[in-house]
Amino acid sequence: MTALPTRRDEAWRYADLAAAARAWPVTPEAITVAAGTEQTLMLADDAAPGSAGIRQIAVTLEAGARFACYVIAGRGAYGRFALDVTLHAGAHFELGGVLVAGGEQVLEIVTTVTHAGPGATSRQTIRCVAGGTATATYLGKVAVTRDGQQTDAAQSFKALLLDRGATANAKPELEIFADDVKCAHGATVGELDRTALFYLESRGLPPAAARALLTRAFLSDALASIADDSAREAAEARLEALL
Amino acid sequence: MLIIDNLHAEIDGKTILNGLSLTVGAGEVHAIMGPNGAGKSTLSYVLAGRAGYEVTGGSVTFLGQDLLAMAPHERAAAGVFLGLQYPVEIPGVSNLMFLRTALNAQRTQRGEAEASGAEFMKLARAAAEDLGLPFDMLKRSVNQGFSGGEKKRNEMVQMAVLQPKLAVLDETDSGLDIDALRVVSEGINRMRSPDRATLLITHYQRLLDYVVPDHVHVLVGGRIVRSGGADLAQILERDGYVSIAA
Ligand SMILES: Nc1ncnc2c1ncn2[C@@H]1O[C@H](COP(=O)(O)OP(=O)(O)O)[C@@H](O)[C@H]1O
Ligand SMILES: [Mg+2]
Repeated sequence: MTALPTRRDEAWRYADLAAAARAWPVTPEAITVAAGTEQTLMLADDAAPGSAGIRQIAVTLEAGARFACYVIAGRGAYGRFALDVTLHAGAHFELGGVLVAGGEQVLEIVTTVTHAGPGATSRQTIRCVAGGTATATYLGKVAVTRDGQQTDAAQSFKALLLDRGATANAKPELEIFADDVKCAHGATVGELDRTALFYLESRGLPPAAARALLTRAFLSDALASIADDSAREAAEARLEALL
Repeated sequence: MLIIDNLHAEIDGKTILNGLSLTVGAGEVHAIMGPNGAGKSTLSYVLAGRAGYEVTGGSVTFLGQDLLAMAPHERAAAGVFLGLQYPVEIPGVSNLMFLRTALNAQRTQRGEAEASGAEFMKLARAAAEDLGLPFDMLKRSVNQGFSGGEKKRNEMVQMAVLQPKLAVLDETDSGLDIDALRVVSEGINRMRSPDRATLLITHYQRLLDYVVPDHVHVLVGGRIVRSGGADLAQILERDGYVSIAA
């Protein structure tokens, strides 16, 4: 990763390239999760507001390994989380992504998940809220090799747009070379449910509080798979701080 | 307590309420009956302040204040409660969280101290028990996976915790079996007091066997066409709305 990416590069087509240049060069990271073990990684754009940050992480899951990654981003002017995950037999990859983008922020999650062995599973849940002229993007490629029989891969992307100028991009992509696989993906972009807002207001919540409550509930979907209660609560507190 | 005077309201430019007048005194229970499409739910939404229901004439005064000038959350804090005909599901927000946030939002607006966690839980437990709703259901997302009857009981749990001054209950009886109807009616009766009032919207008489109203009004074509005592409900049940409206 030496040359700066260009707009022609499919994986960077929605990026803020000027901001990416500030974060350049990127130091790639690599993680190997040993056979039968488990690992969780929490990622956040913790840098100062207005900063640019790019994480590029290659993850290899050996047979039967489990890897969970949670992204909670909303501070950087440009934040990019790129994960290249390779799953061997029976491994499981869980991704929960929360992007809270306002102003002119550009936040992206870019994944390539390769099911290289049989019986591996992956589940990606991305929830975004974008306001102002911000952009929230999820590019998710799932590749299943010839050996990836009984793959079960799911991708779910949902975005809320708060303003007309805000953008959400979702591009799930499948590349499948095995025949016995299950790959599900769904993407929706919408607004807060007006009827639910009215219901909350009719019970006494001021409009801003009603919107915040619904937005938080919407986003916390992506964190619901965090098994440990205190870890999940900590993640939800981070999320709350971004709203 | 509530004075509705010559109220006109429209949805999408279509007139729905057409000169509705009604006065409800403190301590009273008024039943509003009428055929489908008469404007009963519209009246309840106008009182609660739902967007899209445009008032084009008339006035509503609640405890001396201009109700129509207030935002929905301000009306709630002032003591208006709307029990919805079709309670809304809110994924990801638990009933307890919803109700506690609502109670404290109201108290804050009224300049009162917020309820502590313990005080709130006590209120919620008592209300759930009174309404026959298993307390564990309150830990689940708002109305999600609730049956029609459970949703209505849940509306009554909310009412019992929020203790409104004016309850507008839109077909709270529809979708209830006879046991649920009895439990919900008891919930409504428990709220009866000299400083509260209830507007019961229904199109069956059977609820009124349990919650006996002080006054019954017939709403047809967006206005009250006839008012009377509790016996008017029986006449309606026997003769139907058509003869009354004629
Ligand atoms: N959102 C809406 N848009 C357009 N017309 C509506 C809407 N809601 C209700 N109406 C119309 O308003 C009239 C009164 O409806 P409603 O108040 O729900 O009656 P009721 O509760 O007495 O059955 C009906 O003719 C109905 O079709
Ligand atoms: Mg109705």
